[in-house]
Amino acid sequence: MTAVLACTGLARTFGALRAVDGVDLALPAGARHALIGPNGAGKSTLFQLLTGGLRPSAGRVCLDGRDVTRMSDARRARLGVGQTFQHSSLFLSMTAADNVALAAERTGGRPWSPVPRRNPALARRVDQLLGDVDLLGRRGVPVSSLSHGECRQLEVAVALATAPRVLLLDEPAAGLSPAETARLAALIQRLPADITLLFVEHDLDLVFRLATRVTVLHLGKVLLSGTPDEVRDSAEVQEAYLGTGRRADLFLPPDPVADPAPDPAAARDPATGPA
Amino acid sequence: MTTPARRRLAAVATLAVLAVLAAVPLVLGSYASTTLARILAFALLASSLDLLVGITGLPSLGHAAYAGAGAYAAGWVAIHATRSAPLTLVAAVAAGALVAVVAGSVAVRARGVFFLMLTLAIGEIVEQLAQSWHSVTGGSDGLYSIPATELAGISLGDVRGFTWFVLGVFVAAMAVLHRLVASPLGATLRGIRDNEARMRALGYRTYHYKLAAFVIAGAFAGLAGGLLAAQQRLVTPADLGFATSGPVLLAVIIGGEATPWGPCLGAAIVVVLRDVLGPSLGGHGSLVLGAVFVAVVFLLPGGLARIRNRLHAGGTHR
Repeated sequence: MTAVLACTGLARTFGALRAVDGVDLALPAGARHALIGPNGAGKSTLFQLLTGGLRPSAGRVCLDGRDVTRMSDARRARLGVGQTFQHSSLFLSMTAADNVALAAERTGGRPWSPVPRRNPALARRVDQLLGDVDLLGRRGVPVSSLSHGECRQLEVAVALATAPRVLLLDEPAAGLSPAETARLAALIQRLPADITLLFVEHDLDLVFRLATRVTVLHLGKVLLSGTPDEVRDSAEVQEAYLGTGRRADLFLPPDPVADPAPDPAAARDPATGPA
Repeated sequence: MTTPARRRLAAVATLAVLAVLAAVPLVLGSYASTTLARILAFALLASSLDLLVGITGLPSLGHAAYAGAGAYAAGWVAIHATRSAPLTLVAAVAAGALVAVVAGSVAVRARGVFFLMLTLAIGEIVEQLAQSWHSVTGGSDGLYSIPATELAGISLGDVRGFTWFVLGVFVAAMAVLHRLVASPLGATLRGIRDNEARMRALGYRTYHYKLAAFVIAGAFAGLAGGLLAAQQRLVTPADLGFATSGPVLLAVIIGGEATPWGPCLGAAIVVVLRDVLGPSLGGHGSLVLGAVFVAVVFLLPGGLARIRNRLHAGGTHR
């Protein structure tokens, strides 16, 4: 099965610094893939190489098996790559609804039309997207008056408005309160299953809750790529984050409530249990 | 105030102002009418520049080049082919757009100060072209003895008819510009102004949109130039250079960028200070203009058209 988004030998140097150094990644359709690593590991650079914001020094990026390495960010977005930014990147003079409408207009409207017209279908879609991120009540509020948490939620709505097939979220929970983080996690869990998701996140609880696969980046290289459990148990990952001298546990033991053991009731289910 | 009520009030106010402007040739003398025609042409030029500066976020310092191209084209057509108004103005629009396509395809690749310097340089190049292309432009003498414009076989030689003609063209052009700003294309251009990187990430090929804005602005500037040529009956290379581009940008900033009527207000102030009061101030009109500019930048950043917002900000709610 071909990966929806893949890169091979991807590298980017800034002078003598190898920010990203030969990274291989392959995301199958519907993946929930997290990218973690200490500060300066090259996560954001890798993101920009994947979305087209930066050109790689070496390596290839493929979308549905098609080489997109030489394509601009706008071309890749038109092929279905959506993204949110580490620092909220919105249209500050506009309202929340206008921000989403601008994104929705690109795929579902006529952004080049020089004649004003009503587009009820577009307006409904904007309202639905704002509802999805719990911002419907703030639709007419200028972005400059939204809180930080609301801006992060709006970021996601704007990215979803172009109906991407691959969604890259750069630290979506940065600076959010626990309640806001919980809402964001629920939103991400509600995403359609066919959207392929890659996200960078420092909140490791969130990572282990949402991701089915985790890649650890360290000094521009892939340290480990595996299931959340493999990453949790890796001594190498501990070392990269905390250094060799430290013995403290990086990851708290799995919370029995948040991460329930297999339900014994499921084993007795006639559909799955022995006949 | 509710939005429909506000819209009705704005429509009534616009009609009232238009009625007053239309009455000027009847009530006041020919000097006032000529000044009004100049103001209207200059206001259209400033509004076309605002499409770049205020709406798209591209500060151009060479906008007179496109108006000048339109003025030369209209003048040339009037002298050598026909002085019938639709045709001279169509030539002006085409010339402005054509020069803007060539200049814009280069300039729009740059941004910020680099864009500013590129447009300034291109404006000076176009001025030099006008100086040296003697057979068409008349060189440094310019194009002179441009015949009076004709509309549907009627000569607009008298000031009154000509002023109404300019007012009519101005109203039609401004109506088109206002619809464009309210359209999806207008929203796309404002998105580019606010955050071009995000627009690209959303899949917008921003280069094409910026070039489109540049060409549309050039076409409207060409139209304004065609009106100026018909009014002055003379086009000189100075009409294409910084001597004209500077005041146009000044008008946009004094009046208020990205406001519906701010650039027109700014244009009126610039023309009155420079051309009407200037001679009586012993040629120090530009000095007063400079002082007004500094005062507006410090006291009313955002321009005169936003004075209501400033007053409200200090007052009660909103």
